[in-house]
Amino acid sequence: MSWIVTSLWLIPAAPLAASLIILSLANSRRSAAAALAIIGQIAALTLSILAFLPTLQAPGYRSVHNFTWFTFGEQALRIGWVLDSLAAAMLVMIALVGLCIFVFSAGYMADDKNLTRFFAYLSFFSGAMLGVVIANSLLLLFVFWELVGLASYLLIGFWIHKPSAAAAAKKAFITTRIGDLGFFVGILWLYGGSGTLLFYDGGKGCLETAGLLGLGASATFVALLIFCGAVGKSGQFPLHIWLPDAMEGPTPVSALVHAATMVAAGVFLVARVYPLFSFGAIDGVTPSLVVVVSIGTITALMASLIALGQFDIKRILAYSTVSQLGLMMVSLGVGGVAAGMMHLIAHGFFKALLFLGAGSVIHGCHHEQDIRKMGGLRSLMPISFLTYAIGMMTLSGVPFFFSGGWTKEEILHATAHWHASHIPHYLMLAGVVLTALYMTRQMIYIFFGNRRAASENVHESPPIMTLPLIVLAICSIAFSVVLTPAWRWLHSYLTGEPAHFDIALLVQPMLFVSLALVAVGIGLGFVMYGKAGQLATGRVRPTGGQNRHRTAEMDPLERAQPALFHFLENKMWLDEIYDRTVVAWSRMAAHVSDWMDRHFWDGLVRGFAGLGQLFGIFSANFDERWINVRVDETMTGTRRLGRVMSAWHSGQIQTYLGMLAVGMLALLILYAWLA
Amino acid sequence: MAGMITALILIPLFGAFAVCVWPHTNARPIALIFNAITATLVFMLWRNFDATATGLQMVERHVWIPAIGAEYLVGIDGLSLLLVLLTSIIIPFAFLVQRMDRGFCALMLVTQSALYGTFTAQNFVLWFLFYEMSLIPAFLLIKIWGGENRDRAATKFFLYTFLGSVAMLLSFLGIYFAKGTFDFAQLAGLGKQGLLSGNVAWLAFAGIFLGLAVKVPLFPFHTWLPDAYETAPVGVSMVLTGVLSKMGVYGFVRLLLPLFPNEIKILAPWLLGLAVCSIVFASLAAWAQSDLKRMVAYLSINHLGYCMLGLFVITATTVRPAVEMQAALSGVFMQIFNHGITAAALFYYVGLLEQRRGLRGINDFGGLMQRTPLLCGWMSVAMFSSLGLPGLNGFIGEFLIFKGSFAIAASFTAVAVIGLLVTAIVFARAMQALFSGPLTESCSAFPDLGRTEKVVVVPVTLLMLAIGLAPQFVFNIINTTVIQMTRLLS
Repeated sequence: MSWIVTSLWLIPAAPLAASLIILSLANSRRSAAAALAIIGQIAALTLSILAFLPTLQAPGYRSVHNFTWFTFGEQALRIGWVLDSLAAAMLVMIALVGLCIFVFSAGYMADDKNLTRFFAYLSFFSGAMLGVVIANSLLLLFVFWELVGLASYLLIGFWIHKPSAAAAAKKAFITTRIGDLGFFVGILWLYGGSGTLLFYDGGKGCLETAGLLGLGASATFVALLIFCGAVGKSGQFPLHIWLPDAMEGPTPVSALVHAATMVAAGVFLVARVYPLFSFGAIDGVTPSLVVVVSIGTITALMASLIALGQFDIKRILAYSTVSQLGLMMVSLGVGGVAAGMMHLIAHGFFKALLFLGAGSVIHGCHHEQDIRKMGGLRSLMPISFLTYAIGMMTLSGVPFFFSGGWTKEEILHATAHWHASHIPHYLMLAGVVLTALYMTRQMIYIFFGNRRAASENVHESPPIMTLPLIVLAICSIAFSVVLTPAWRWLHSYLTGEPAHFDIALLVQPMLFVSLALVAVGIGLGFVMYGKAGQLATGRVRPTGGQNRHRTAEMDPLERAQPALFHFLENKMWLDEIYDRTVVAWSRMAAHVSDWMDRHFWDGLVRGFAGLGQLFGIFSANFDERWINVRVDETMTGTRRLGRVMSAWHSGQIQTYLGMLAVGMLALLILYAWLA
Repeated sequence: MAGMITALILIPLFGAFAVCVWPHTNARPIALIFNAITATLVFMLWRNFDATATGLQMVERHVWIPAIGAEYLVGIDGLSLLLVLLTSIIIPFAFLVQRMDRGFCALMLVTQSALYGTFTAQNFVLWFLFYEMSLIPAFLLIKIWGGENRDRAATKFFLYTFLGSVAMLLSFLGIYFAKGTFDFAQLAGLGKQGLLSGNVAWLAFAGIFLGLAVKVPLFPFHTWLPDAYETAPVGVSMVLTGVLSKMGVYGFVRLLLPLFPNEIKILAPWLLGLAVCSIVFASLAAWAQSDLKRMVAYLSINHLGYCMLGLFVITATTVRPAVEMQAALSGVFMQIFNHGITAAALFYYVGLLEQRRGLRGINDFGGLMQRTPLLCGWMSVAMFSSLGLPGLNGFIGEFLIFKGSFAIAASFTAVAVIGLLVTAIVFARAMQALFSGPLTESCSAFPDLGRTEKVVVVPVTLLMLAIGLAPQFVFNIINTTVIQMTRLLS
């Protein structure tokens, strides 16, 4: 076993330690904070690459290091870390993308007065996510998982003076925690059923045959409960509502949340515990996997539709993330674990690129985020434009040159061969068109057409911000090399098979389908929105406002299908529905509990106390009115009797003799009568 | 080492005496000096404690009232030591919270002595003596130094708890007449065959159950608690929630579980139901509070509900794997300790806010993060610990309790998990209201943490982290006792 496996903990420890040191720095040591965070991340990246190397030696490499965390009673609770292709690929991606985002942040956040705190949180976020990846125990994974949640809570609410940011942070924390409850119960069930939470433990782990057989039929329930956690973290329907609101955080945070950390955790989790999902599969179909596919399909389509109705540059990207995550879930569900993970990694690069690009645009446009107020930025911000275009095409899945194209094609392959149903496949094909469409719409609004309100005095961002963009753009393209069907190196690496090179496989029928669909999407985009780029003025009606008669400023879709557009613009009213149902009901339950406590339960206590008091009053009265009166009466009676008796004791001898005579007479009569 | 425990019980009493004799300006330093002495003693106790030995250690046994078989019998096992440690941690911090006069310090020291006595006495008569001895100073502390409605709250607290104690005393007299002993260990040995039979057993059970359920408190015997905690001075609230509430849980572990396993088994669904109600309704009620102290008080009920859940599952069903019983019991012990620290810390922070603002409504603050980042940061750690964030102490106990109880009573546990969510909501709401948003004018002159405050905050937070990350040092104290108790109960 390589030394790197036993010291794998150093990878998350490096950013975590950086975070702690930064927290103890004075608020004024801004450059020191940025430098420390970047150094921590570079250390993590270096170690990740070192960890990556041994996994290349043999296909299906897996090495674990387990140890006892603590002993309770006679039981040892063991945790550990695992190094395999899944972990190694994720480590490198997270560390690399994270590093780009860190560098970008140093430029983007340069004016923020809490820069040190920002970098402390950022490092903490990255460290927690790296911890999720290396965990070889569901419990350890859960620990880091919750720390990821904490970090996102802190970062989304970073601009804490903004009430909307605080609300968004709270929403993210609570929504993901709802999913985590299921996850937690799943952990308990798994622990009880298999007796261990270690994934791999020399044949005794819960993902290995013995552990799975111990679980038996309950594996389905455990898998579904764990999936609840993934639904929360990875923004799947119906818990996706926090993800678009998370845009309240600074843009580098959005990039981190949406690309390298947080949302990736959910997909990674499903991939990590995949044996639980596929246990007892018939033709690769299990009930739990069907649920995964269904949720993923709904999420993917719903989010890409909503993205069409948004005007906030970051919100569009947020919904695209939700939809891409849905796609990954579908891929995992239909059995394409490697395809899903490949897309996750590719997505990490291009989504970070898009968000940082959006950050660059927002930075240039003086913190304006409404795409209707931008326009014509193509010539003003050429580097941002070019890199953003690369990101857009990768996301849309343009084949051949862009990594996203290859991974998406791989997923479509996987869905096509699913035995349970072909519906997800066709819906995903529709999703490809929609993705290309909303990305084209966004491109046109931002970079094409005439310049509008926010495009005044726009300049390209400084090199510290454009450099990460260029690196990420190159990654997005260069990454294709290991993804093509001709040399499916990453696929083989993840599945543990040897890779072959065969140029003849490069061109597949699915490639042309993809190409056609993307072309349809982009073409449709230009047809629909080509003129929208020419919005005459910068005066834009407020979102959801009343000023609807100025057709020239309306979104083309709004003009054509107002009802549909408003449905999408308002995010299908899901937030409102939740507010009026679940949220309102829980709040009511809280108030009912409080009321019950104050009035019913305490009322009972007060009632008992009252009964006691009543008894006291009764006793007192009984005492006063009955016993006391009776005693008094007895006394008076005695006194009266005494008086009568004393009257007889007159002391007159005549009376006494008279009485004696009467008595004698009476006795004589009695004697005579009886005899 | 003989006499250490007696010394531990007596030193705070001497302290109380010294506080009364010395000039009144020195009350708090004297109290703290005496606390330093007891802390040293407790540390020595800990060092001399043999973690591998079963049974009581450092036993002191003297004839006391031979006529009724009441001995002076003190000793510690893992659980006792854990609670003695907890007492020695919480009380000094309670002294540091606020300025206090002579009487206050003296009464606190008397409470401390009573607590040490309660957690070390191994004979019912002695135990009951200390148990009641803690009640009276607490009553006076609330009644004299409390806030609004203190008379009412203090009377409610006293009468309610006292009623429970009387019921418990009667039950124990009944047990004594049947079995002729007050010794905990002997009684526990008899428990499995059924201590008493027929209706007498149920009566005795009911009396003890009532007494302890009120003390913990268990839903629905909890309504004295929010009033008492809200009204009590902060230092007293810290001791009430940190240590005094543990007397009830301790009683459940020492008395009720070993003496009445059969009764508990029969009533198990109901008792588990009560524990789940404690967890769910108390957390929901905490959500609805606008007074921070009341909110923390309700969360205390919620957290002790987890303890109750863990305890009731231990004797709940006929099929109880030893692993799960040990998990639940270890979890309960951890939770006792962790909740003591975390809840006391939360009250401390609420006290700091109240000192600065004069009010403690959740809406009386806003935007504190801009003005007092240190206070907010450290306070958040305590909040996250209380909502069970992994990496901090609260998680360890809750995880083990849930692990044990899920395996034995899955459906009850599944409902109880809701408590975890609601707690998170409660704290997320509090953090949003207190820390975020624009800085409100009334908070704009707040000082950040001062030096004395850091003296309290930093060690407590470090302790939370230490237990959260490497809890073995606490498990070392309790493991042998856990194994022994599960053997006794299975």
